[in-house]
Amino acid sequence: MATINLNINGKQQAVDVDPKTPLLWVLRDHLDLVGAKYGCGMAQCGACTVIMEGNAVRSCSLPVSSVANKKITTIEGLSANGDHPVQKAWLEHDVAQCGYCQAGQIMAAVALLGKKPNPSDEEIETAMNGNICRCGTYLRIKAAINTAAKS
Amino acid sequence: MNTKTSRRAFLKVSVLASGGMLLSFNSLLLGKSFTREAMSLSAESFELNSFIKIATDGTITLMSANPEFGSNVKTSMPMILADELDVDWGKVTVEQADFYPERFQRQFTGGSQGIRLGWKPLRTAGATARRMLVEAAAKTWSVPVEEITTESGMLYHRGSGKKAGYGEMASLAATLPVPKDVQLKKLSALNIIGTSQKNVEGKSIVTGKPLFGMDYKQDGMLIAMVTHAPAIGQAIKSVDDKAARAMPGIKDIFTINTLRDDYERNAFDTTTFTEMVVVVGNTTWEVMNAKKALKIEWQLAPEKKIMVKGWGGSTQPVVIPAGLESTVTHKAKMKEMSAKPGNVLRKDGDPEGAFKTAAKIIERTYTAPYLAHNTMEPVNCFAHVTAEKAEIFGATQAPEFIMQTLVARLGLPKEKIHIRLARMGGGFGLRAYCHHILEAALISQKVNAPVKMVYTREDDMTYGIYRPTYTATYKAGLDEKNNLIAFHVRGGGVPEHAVHANRFPAGAVDNYLAEGWEINSNITIGAFRAPRSNFIAAAEQSFLDELAELAGKDPIAFRLELLDRAKTNPVGKNNDYNPDRYAGVLKLVREKSNWDQTKPNISRGVAAYFCHNTYVAEVVDLRLDGNKPVIEKVVAGVDCGIVVNPDAAANMGEGAIVDGIGNVLFGEMTFKDGVPEKNNFHQYKMVRQKDAPGAIEVHFVKNEEEPTGLGEPLFPPIFAAVANALYRASGKRYYDQPFEKQIQVNRSRM
Ligand code: FES
Ligand code: FES
Repeated sequence: MATINLNINGKQQAVDVDPKTPLLWVLRDHLDLVGAKYGCGMAQCGACTVIMEGNAVRSCSLPVSSVANKKITTIEGLSANGDHPVQKAWLEHDVAQCGYCQAGQIMAAVALLGKKPNPSDEEIETAMNGNICRCGTYLRIKAAINTAAKS
Repeated sequence: MNTKTSRRAFLKVSVLASGGMLLSFNSLLLGKSFTREAMSLSAESFELNSFIKIATDGTITLMSANPEFGSNVKTSMPMILADELDVDWGKVTVEQADFYPERFQRQFTGGSQGIRLGWKPLRTAGATARRMLVEAAAKTWSVPVEEITTESGMLYHRGSGKKAGYGEMASLAATLPVPKDVQLKKLSALNIIGTSQKNVEGKSIVTGKPLFGMDYKQDGMLIAMVTHAPAIGQAIKSVDDKAARAMPGIKDIFTINTLRDDYERNAFDTTTFTEMVVVVGNTTWEVMNAKKALKIEWQLAPEKKIMVKGWGGSTQPVVIPAGLESTVTHKAKMKEMSAKPGNVLRKDGDPEGAFKTAAKIIERTYTAPYLAHNTMEPVNCFAHVTAEKAEIFGATQAPEFIMQTLVARLGLPKEKIHIRLARMGGGFGLRAYCHHILEAALISQKVNAPVKMVYTREDDMTYGIYRPTYTATYKAGLDEKNNLIAFHVRGGGVPEHAVHANRFPAGAVDNYLAEGWEINSNITIGAFRAPRSNFIAAAEQSFLDELAELAGKDPIAFRLELLDRAKTNPVGKNNDYNPDRYAGVLKLVREKSNWDQTKPNISRGVAAYFCHNTYVAEVVDLRLDGNKPVIEKVVAGVDCGIVVNPDAAANMGEGAIVDGIGNVLFGEMTFKDGVPEKNNFHQYKMVRQKDAPGAIEVHFVKNEEEPTGLGEPLFPPIFAAVANALYRASGKRYYDQPFEKQIQVNRSRM
């Protein structure tokens, strides 16, 4: 066990956990932030994507000790009322089917747009290729990213 | 539109404590008793129910009875209620109903039947509630019922200028007898059905709210994980849990056996591993680590004979063979069986004789592997079982299928078992099998605490219940004029075949033979998006493409010719498709895809299929980038009758197409000595953003037929549409799924 200081969604907080615990499980089990999902636990599906210092990262594969004091944003911290342009675009295109992958998709999209405000289709495909959607909503994800880029 | 109803249903009205009206809609199952306050009402074919709650303040709450796994029933089914109730869609609240079999029938999501079977019951429930509100207003205002109109949740009497909101009349309406006959709206008057409405849970999804079973938490809740045998066909020999027990956060480690061999199972008690080692602890990470520290020895399980209650209640003995099975062995056995006659499923005319006279004969064999469902949310379930009751919260497509087993295994009466339905992170058939609910409940009972049981992805991918592996051999004979005179399909699989003997092209060929055979196995299988259809459509529609080519005909024209024959002079009586509607989707897709125009560098393939009461034809536009297929576009023509929520319907269709592309190119589970050879996404290739088509168009036939299934029917045809396009792009036919690694340009044919 170790005390680790985290900066999540603009809030400083300390957790007392095994330092090897992946960030994902600290978020879900200790901090009640369940937006980031467990899908594979090995950085293969993107369901657990959060943003760290502007980059989309797989929280399932990041030991919490490695993210101390880094600026982390989860889907819960994206906006106060669900009105981040990417969230709005997701609603406009009614992207979700089951919805399980979508928090990860949205966080990956936000990180992409943070770096490339006007991505090409190819850049979107490359950036989003790590996020599996078993329901197959890929076209709507791409369309929503294009809409968000325009807003 | 027939608004007359032929079977009876019951509406039960009770007054809410708050003074509002609760109208619960119930269908009559023959032999099922009903309560005194239940009153008869004419209605048709009800197997699904819903609630309408109207509070005195005008708040309207619609209950969604079916579990939601992404097909959008939680939006589309209440839309049907709201339309007949005549309220503004934007003002209603939709709530997920708990599993409540006394009030609802068929709280089951699967088989693409939600909207089809809910259509009339939901309309009737909405219309009946509206009618009672009208009667209440007529009484209050002392005016004839006929003079009252409704609009957007308001009641009006034009003559006197009186008006009232539904909420004002709700408490009186609740005391009125339920009307026997209600008039449903004319189709032209429907104003919510047929409009695109957004997912009622969209906002919760994009803000990361806890919707899923995996997200559930309550005070004092422990986490549990199970470890099953690495190979199907193994049982526990010994467990050394010393190291695991000493690890931080671990509360208990024990072994459970979920189902005894002498327990009479129902058809959905499919359980690959009844024995498992359970680790219970405080947090997911701690339990995951302790699970890795278990030392378990496994041994070969003996052959098992179990009794399984099938559909219709008859009980059959089922033998689960002993042994560790492998894909290599399955393939060899399937090849052997394919060469021998199977059980005759249908025979028309004289196929043997016709083949003798045929000018050209073609025979091809198709195969497909096992598939894992791989829902994005791994299997999990919350349970809190005490001596008095059981509280369950979890993802299930079919809570009713596990109830009998929960009762038997927990020793609680069913009234004391309360199942709440979580939004499912995907289903695809997988969650019709509810062993996870049983496992969670038994674990909670053992540790006497609330428990969330979670599978790792590896557990999820390797615990069994796969789409079966199949094969089918097709043979056809053409006469000198290239007319199809003989057709033979022989299909098999482990452990079932996929032949639908009465589907197209049965009925279109004078001499027809369909046979099936099966190989028993201990590898458990289950429903997977359009079970059986998803393979047989791939085989049949690839074969028809090759057959059309042999006949020198355009693949769409060839199918239309056969459908015309099935319409004008059908062979046999049991052809379970409507040739006109089948032809309709082919014509629609021909038009919408500009089939008759060629596009530079684009190869096209077409396929069509009818299943789950819906007709679908699809055209794939594809090019090869080296040996990598790039799907530029897919155009689908769909006849599912009236479309309740068009944009959501298109979304589901797009998803089914993407899903099919992934499975036909990459999807595959193999076995070696009983061990599933893939256990996570680094090994099991899933369709990803880069593999998705550039565009998908889903076009619906506009008609006034009652709505039919949609979650599954767009899935089967895409397999062959891809195969047929790949043939045109590469000059090579593809017979054995998945295709990805075989794709290669055959220069000699180009
Ligand atoms: S759960 Fe982290 S990438 Fe899959
Ligand atoms: S919406 Fe279901 S996995 Fe993406």
